[in-house]
Amino acid sequence: MSIWEYANPVKFMQTSGRLLPWVVGATVLTLVPGLVWGFFFTPVAAEFGATVKVIYVHVPAATFAINIWVMMLVASLIWLIRRHHVSALAARAAAPIGMVMTLIALVTGALWGQPMWGTWWEWDPRLTSFLILFLFYLGYMALWEAIDTPDTAADLTGVLCLVGSVFAVLSRYAAIFWNQGLHQGATLSLDKEEHIADVYWQPLVLSIVGFGFLFVTLLLLRTRTEIRARRIKALEQRERMA
Amino acid sequence: MRALLSRDLRLAIRAGGGFGLGLAFFLIVVTLVPFGVGPQGEVLARIASGILWLGALLACLLSLDRIFALDFEDGSLDLLATAPIPMEAVVTIKALAHWITTGLPLVLAAPLFAVLLHLPAPAYLWLEISLLLGTPALSVLGTFGAALTVGLKRGGLLLSLLVLPLYVPTLIFGAELVRRGAEGLATQVPLAMLAGITAATVALVPFASAAAIRVNLR
Repeated sequence: MSIWEYANPVKFMQTSGRLLPWVVGATVLTLVPGLVWGFFFTPVAAEFGATVKVIYVHVPAATFAINIWVMMLVASLIWLIRRHHVSALAARAAAPIGMVMTLIALVTGALWGQPMWGTWWEWDPRLTSFLILFLFYLGYMALWEAIDTPDTAADLTGVLCLVGSVFAVLSRYAAIFWNQGLHQGATLSLDKEEHIADVYWQPLVLSIVGFGFLFVTLLLLRTRTEIRARRIKALEQRERMA
Repeated sequence: MRALLSRDLRLAIRAGGGFGLGLAFFLIVVTLVPFGVGPQGEVLARIASGILWLGALLACLLSLDRIFALDFEDGSLDLLATAPIPMEAVVTIKALAHWITTGLPLVLAAPLFAVLLHLPAPAYLWLEISLLLGTPALSVLGTFGAALTVGLKRGGLLLSLLVLPLYVPTLIFGAELVRRGAEGLATQVPLAMLAGITAATVALVPFASAAAIRVNLR
């Protein structure tokens, strides 16, 4: 029994089909309480006002905007090295989710920045690198759409993902060098003492977990759709050949 | 390899547009900017280095889709793939030819265009250094983008979307180097970073480009 068994599309469809209701349940059970708790049952900090509540969407979305790209990188590597189709399709399925997460982080950040910093947009390193990440997602998705042959598309987008990852990280540090920012430091970290009070970070962690399950749900759904679309294509082709 | 380089250079020069077009485009960008931001000398002087870098970047982008497209269409790319030199070398030579036909003229012409934009006197040296160091990275990264999109019918717009985000670090450090040089600040960090990015790009990205070409020829 090895993890590579799930690289078999049939096996993947079976397992993901059985897993999906549970993941959907977990999403509902974590995301809904997390957001409701955060939005309605946390005290309003005097110096921030009610706008601080956007943190329960902003931070999880930003977390996953980056981590989804990392997941795509891993999936692309698996595809390029071991040629498992499910992996390539999972990378393809993850890209639009990651793009939307980036967009959510940017938009909620703008909504938050307006009352806090007095500006919708600032060329701060974090904001800038998220904008660049957004462009990388757009380019990656556009390349998938543009190429007709599935394996060629998977190969080329995989290579693009590898090169893009290096340059995305490089852009991040270049942006830090280029302009000092307004954005505060990390809200949560594993190795430091907590920066914010318990009442705030507990619902926040719950929201992050909720966003994580939401991502897994969407990813499984989209990957299943991709696999089915691929099957339909193969069937159509066989019919035309016959 | 030398034969391939001279062939590419001759094609670029004789087919028309290769050499001059990028430069003309650069000149047009430089000419249009004052219409957009106004003719005041001090405004232009402040943004000159950024405009020159952006112009170089866009002019470089303009000729990218022709790096492989013609060779792909007439089949010479297949011949090159079966030639005794590795694909990585072919890709590097192509990037070098692209740099000689677009990057180098830009580097040489930049001081002339800088006059139009009232670039401060101490910045000229840094402008030259930064362009000389940075444009090879632009050509190599552009070759990667061209390699990804070579099989596509309408790859031009997609090519810009893929390549421009990759240009961000080079642009940041290049323009920052000129800005710091103009203001007399310490230039070691952007200089080292720009040189490092170019060196690493020239050394590593051809492998990715060659892989993309091989996939596209399959």
